[in-house]
Amino acid sequence: MHLKYFLMKTLRALLTSLLLVVFVFFVLGITWDPAQSMLPDDATEEDMVEFRAMWGLDKPLIEQFWVYCKNFVHGDFGQSYKDGRDVFEIISQRLPKTVWLMGMSIIFSIIFGLPLGIYAALHRNSFGDRFVMGAAVFGFSMPNFFLGIMFILLFSMKLHWLPSAGSDTWLHLLMPMITIGLSRMGSYARYTRSAMLNVLSKQYCITAKAKGASRKRMVYLHALPNAAIPIVTVIGTSIGHMVGGGVVIENVFAWPGIGRLLVTSVAVRDLPVVQAIVIILGLSMVLANLLVDFTYGLLDPRIRVTAGDK
Amino acid sequence: MSDNVKNEKVQYEVLSGVVGQESKIRKVFRKVPPLIMLCMAWLLFMFIVAIFWESFAPMDYEAQDLGNRLSVPAIFGGSDTTHFLGTDSLGRDFLSRLIRSIRTSLLIAFCGTLITAVLGTTLGFIAAHFRGWVDEAIMMLVDFQYSLPFMILALLVIAFFGNNVVFFVFLLGIEGWNKYARMSRGMALSAQNNGYAVAIRQLGASPFRLYTKHILPNVSNILIVELTLNFPQKILAETSLSFLGLGVQPPDTSLGSLLSFGRAYMMTNWWLAVIPGLTIFLTTLSMCLLGDWVRDTIDPTIRK
Repeated sequence: MHLKYFLMKTLRALLTSLLLVVFVFFVLGITWDPAQSMLPDDATEEDMVEFRAMWGLDKPLIEQFWVYCKNFVHGDFGQSYKDGRDVFEIISQRLPKTVWLMGMSIIFSIIFGLPLGIYAALHRNSFGDRFVMGAAVFGFSMPNFFLGIMFILLFSMKLHWLPSAGSDTWLHLLMPMITIGLSRMGSYARYTRSAMLNVLSKQYCITAKAKGASRKRMVYLHALPNAAIPIVTVIGTSIGHMVGGGVVIENVFAWPGIGRLLVTSVAVRDLPVVQAIVIILGLSMVLANLLVDFTYGLLDPRIRVTAGDK
Repeated sequence: MSDNVKNEKVQYEVLSGVVGQESKIRKVFRKVPPLIMLCMAWLLFMFIVAIFWESFAPMDYEAQDLGNRLSVPAIFGGSDTTHFLGTDSLGRDFLSRLIRSIRTSLLIAFCGTLITAVLGTTLGFIAAHFRGWVDEAIMMLVDFQYSLPFMILALLVIAFFGNNVVFFVFLLGIEGWNKYARMSRGMALSAQNNGYAVAIRQLGASPFRLYTKHILPNVSNILIVELTLNFPQKILAETSLSFLGLGVQPPDTSLGSLLSFGRAYMMTNWWLAVIPGLTIFLTTLSMCLLGDWVRDTIDPTIRK
């Protein structure tokens, strides 16, 4: 059942989203009393009671949670402590920059990682294969912030080729994109290689070869579509890592995105901003995973059937 | 020693597998490639430095000497001969700070790795044992963790609760628990139907005994591989957060915070950033290579 599979996955994603919002709400509820932090230190007990009544903080938690969700759906995340600006406005200024950087990094790592992995699989145990696999291990054991700093040292400070901070031009994009992309590229190449090797040894590939299909035809028509399934999963699950790593890289290159905003907000404990960013990032991750699941189901009919029956 | 006793001893050793095991270990070691030997040597060196850091550090890592800031050591063409790697922006001996940082980073990563392994494996076993809604709830949490990158979760928690070392170690303990949980759950589910597990259960062993004494040793290979692959992730997570100034707090120092401070002086004193960075890199690289090798050697069936 196709529909059942997609419905199941959507339901699961909705549940995870709910869990995320509840988690953030209750962590906030436990640790933070708005009345104490918003009112001046000399506020009396009556002031506090009045303040709580005004903002609905004396109501039962469930009701507060409802209001919180309603505001959240309306895009009302409250005001920043730091400068009193609307949180939604601050974030919507920064978000496109992060989406841009992340999108370009993913594209970069896919267009280099996948072909390298396929190449390594087809030339197994050759020098090229060993080199690619060696570079892959190198890529994901390299701390990305260190790599970024080395890039700045080389390309900005010594050679003066690329700007080290900001996001105004294509040149600004280059270094952060490559820094984030390189480590992902390594793991994509590795997974592509093992997925291809796995598929190439299967009966249908051997049959295709025996029937006299050209090498190209066998690789692109028989092997690749079947190897695509684990590769898509890996790309999907790595988006989370990428977003996490992006937070650090945005700080290294002073990229004015949401990750940099998150770190500065954590440092000054600007809780409304932190909370909104976490919810937005979390929901985008849930959505990304859902899309991966859908692609997965479209690519492999077996999965939709078995998962739908469960 | 009479022949009889000797024979008995040999027999005992053969029967108990002592001889067989010893030669097996020696055999494995003979097959270690030189690169892996190098990785092991580096890791051993790092751990020795981390454990005996006090004897290695030439000076007090906190002692400031404001008259002698950012000195250039002799090995980098400077005049400072008392400080082997020069001093930092507050005139503190950089080598001593580096050694202290290695200790902090490795200790935190080590404790974090252990916490994750215990937490994840236990939850996986619990899910496999109880099935039903317990299983569903734990798997739900696993999904939840997959949807929230650890870095973001860590920043959220630090923003709300603040930070100290013990708290930080436990926070890092959360990183990657979902992988262990998923894996150990799957393995326990399949082990439960194996003959040995059924037999032990029918002999009347408690579930706790069954899991800790019988199932755990049987799945330990895969867990050890996960452990070696998780450790570099811990180092990267800790150094990243410390690099952002949100992990290890001064006066203590970690490789990440050392790198972050060194960044400002890259034009003049490049080694202040490069040496801690290289230390992190070589350690994670060695551990990754070792982990891959261990995986391929211990159990060729899980090679993917």
